[in-house]
Amino acid sequence: MTWSIIDTWIVIIGALCAAGCAIPGAILVLRRMSLMGDAISHTVLPGIAIAFLITGTRDPMAMLIGSVVVGLLTAFLVQAIQTLGKVEAGASMGIVFTVLFAFGLVLMRQAVDHVDIDPDCVLYGSIELAWFDQDPEGLGIPRGAIVNGVMLLANLLLFLLFYKEFKITSFDPALAKAQGFHPSFMHYMLMTMTAATAVAAFETVGSILVVAMFIVPPATAYLLTNRFGMMFILAIFLSVLAAIIGHVSAITIPTWFGFSGTSTAGAMAVATGALFLVAWVVSPLDGMLVRMWHLFSTRLHVVREDILGVLWRLEERGQKELLPVQLSEAIGTTPFLVKIGLQILQKRNVVSKTKLLWSLTDCGRKQAATLVRSHRLWEVYLDKHFPQDVHQLHQSAERLEHITTPEMQVKLGNAKEDPHGSQVPADE
Amino acid sequence: MPSLEQIVRVLSLEDYNTRVVVLGVMALGAASGLVGTFLLLRKRALTADALSHATLPGIAVAFMIMVAFGYDGKSLLGLLIGAFVFGCIGVLAILGIRHTTRLKDDAAIGIVLSVLFGLGLCLLRIATELPSGSAAGLSGFIFGKASSMVASDATTMGVVAVSIALVTTFLHKEWTLLCFDEKFGSVQGWPVLRLDILLMVMVAIVTVVALQSVGLVLAVAMLIIPAASARYWTTKITPMLIAAASIGCLSGWLGAVVSALVPRMPTGPIIVLICGLWFIISFIAGPKDGLIIRQWTRLYLNRRIAKQHILRAMWEVCEGNAVPEFTVDSIVYVRSWNKRTVIRLLKKVSKLNYVTQLPSGKWLLTEFGFAEAARVVRNHRLWEMYLITYADIAPTHVDRDADMIEHVLGRDLVAKLELLLDATKIPQSPHKIGVTL
Repeated sequence: MTWSIIDTWIVIIGALCAAGCAIPGAILVLRRMSLMGDAISHTVLPGIAIAFLITGTRDPMAMLIGSVVVGLLTAFLVQAIQTLGKVEAGASMGIVFTVLFAFGLVLMRQAVDHVDIDPDCVLYGSIELAWFDQDPEGLGIPRGAIVNGVMLLANLLLFLLFYKEFKITSFDPALAKAQGFHPSFMHYMLMTMTAATAVAAFETVGSILVVAMFIVPPATAYLLTNRFGMMFILAIFLSVLAAIIGHVSAITIPTWFGFSGTSTAGAMAVATGALFLVAWVVSPLDGMLVRMWHLFSTRLHVVREDILGVLWRLEERGQKELLPVQLSEAIGTTPFLVKIGLQILQKRNVVSKTKLLWSLTDCGRKQAATLVRSHRLWEVYLDKHFPQDVHQLHQSAERLEHITTPEMQVKLGNAKEDPHGSQVPADE
Repeated sequence: MPSLEQIVRVLSLEDYNTRVVVLGVMALGAASGLVGTFLLLRKRALTADALSHATLPGIAVAFMIMVAFGYDGKSLLGLLIGAFVFGCIGVLAILGIRHTTRLKDDAAIGIVLSVLFGLGLCLLRIATELPSGSAAGLSGFIFGKASSMVASDATTMGVVAVSIALVTTFLHKEWTLLCFDEKFGSVQGWPVLRLDILLMVMVAIVTVVALQSVGLVLAVAMLIIPAASARYWTTKITPMLIAAASIGCLSGWLGAVVSALVPRMPTGPIIVLICGLWFIISFIAGPKDGLIIRQWTRLYLNRRIAKQHILRAMWEVCEGNAVPEFTVDSIVYVRSWNKRTVIRLLKKVSKLNYVTQLPSGKWLLTEFGFAEAARVVRNHRLWEMYLITYADIAPTHVDRDADMIEHVLGRDLVAKLELLLDATKIPQSPHKIGVTL
């Protein structure tokens, strides 16, 4: 890998662009309007094309105004078709942005003699060439960095200025309206921010990959935190990280297979996706690993209690010890879980092992008695209040016994005998 | 401008190229109209958008695999199979994100769409460097390249359209059930999940076939716009299917013709624009929920309400008088209208022969008008009585509620009220009439 000043600037521009997108993007994700970002970034194209046709120059200000106007028009039309035409929101967006995008493509083909913009640029952007487009003062800063940097600052400023308005209108628009905030004003301000950000990012990463910058880092952050402010910090951090990983992998990974490199903008989008995948799996809130761990630990908890219950009932009938295989058969679960359960219980000094046979210790006998007491009290309770077949009582009580707290047990009463005729162990 | 001769040549499909493109996109339009109808009713419009964007890496991967095994990388069938596989992966990823994270549909669609599209761009760039086989034409799938279609492509589109028409006819009832009441369907024992999968597979097939002519960015437009337009012409599913297929077909034909006649008109975007035009026309002029019809019904209702209000006002002013004559001022006194509105309304109802103006400047209710006004007042008061007796609302508060309901009381309801309240004549007003000052 050879790294040069050009690569540094590519990463800086990419990071500025991605961070700038993350701010409106996070609000869009929270409001469940992510696809509005998709629609608006598509309609940047007709905005730019119209601005070209009217002014005849590539004046950035005209481009910005053109795109923001068309972006707002998109937001307005989507709303109008949805409410006036009784069309579902998704379909309404689909209709508006495809038609406007098609219009932009036709305009571009028609104006191909006057302007130097081609569909490829729409797709890839031109971040690789951004370094060569220097600012007029000759400070050595590429124009892309200035444009995206200014956009990031503007977004940051607006966000901080309207922090509480954005927060309240995102989570409870009705309350916001009742309290005198203007949800529709905030809506159109967000749309303006989105459109302006999309046009600034357009030259860098192209009109479709902007969507990745808008949606993916905020969605990733959403998986990682429950706090509003933290989500924005994380989203910005993740988008900068994605920009760095994206460019580095764009110039390294293909070389392992003998290719020279690939599209940086595309790789940045893939990098955001990769970060999302990582968060999806390892998020401490509800990532897949955490979910699996919860499931596993709950099952283990139940198995441990079932072991105690089985051993206690055994003693009730005069037998004292069991093989692990017999236990797993009695509980109806895998030997593996029983083995782990037994080991944990042994460590807690609740069961003891003599040769291959397991039995309860004194301490374990107490715990097991409480559990069986809950079970049998539940059977009494259910039999009394929800009369049913006596055999079904056991199934319901089997579930309830694991979630019964001591306070609940007290409220279940003081019966001496369960509906099957077994003694209820005394409360200790 | 194209000459007349050119137009005739294009319209009569004389050129081989035009013929292929026109027939191909017409078949595509019809097929996507049919499947799109169900897609729209199932509220999956943007899932289809994600699906079409997700096909791009599939195209690149298929190209690389084919080149690696020494085949021609440009085999259309191979590329489309790759596209189909990745389209399905995209839909599965959306379902996975939705079911295993707390993100909602919109974010799931956005993530899959943009990340897979980015992956596709990366792979395409790499594919162009492959030593054998040129990947130059692959990016044509993004914006569509109808001009490169050959006869076999048009045949493929035709076959797809016919098979989709057959499947739609065959599964018409089941898919309708799926769209309108999925839970009822599963209770009735239909294989709802399999029907749903089959629908998405059909959507994937249409999308993949559309890649070549309209491109993957705009493929979703062909699916939803004809269906959404058709919805403004009918509320029944079979006519909607036919209308959507016809609109799709017609847009395809018009688009292909325009792009053949006018220079520098890309076929795909033009077809989408024409679809958009259809949508605008339907949105405004469609007889079901169209803008004009809705405004007109509203206007009509408002007029009827105003007419009934003035009738009731006149009757109440004359209540108890021997001769039903009154002045404009007395009406102004009981209603919250200004004088100009009252005069305008009086002139309107006098055209209907409800009132006549006396030479003295006073107004007189005609016999016909008196009967009609009595009916309106009766409805109003019956409802007031009902509210007082059965809904336990204070007599001073029933006027407004009755104001709204009196216009929609049908004959049956009035008969029921009479029975319930034991009222055959016009009851007395339970509250003071007129604006309380």
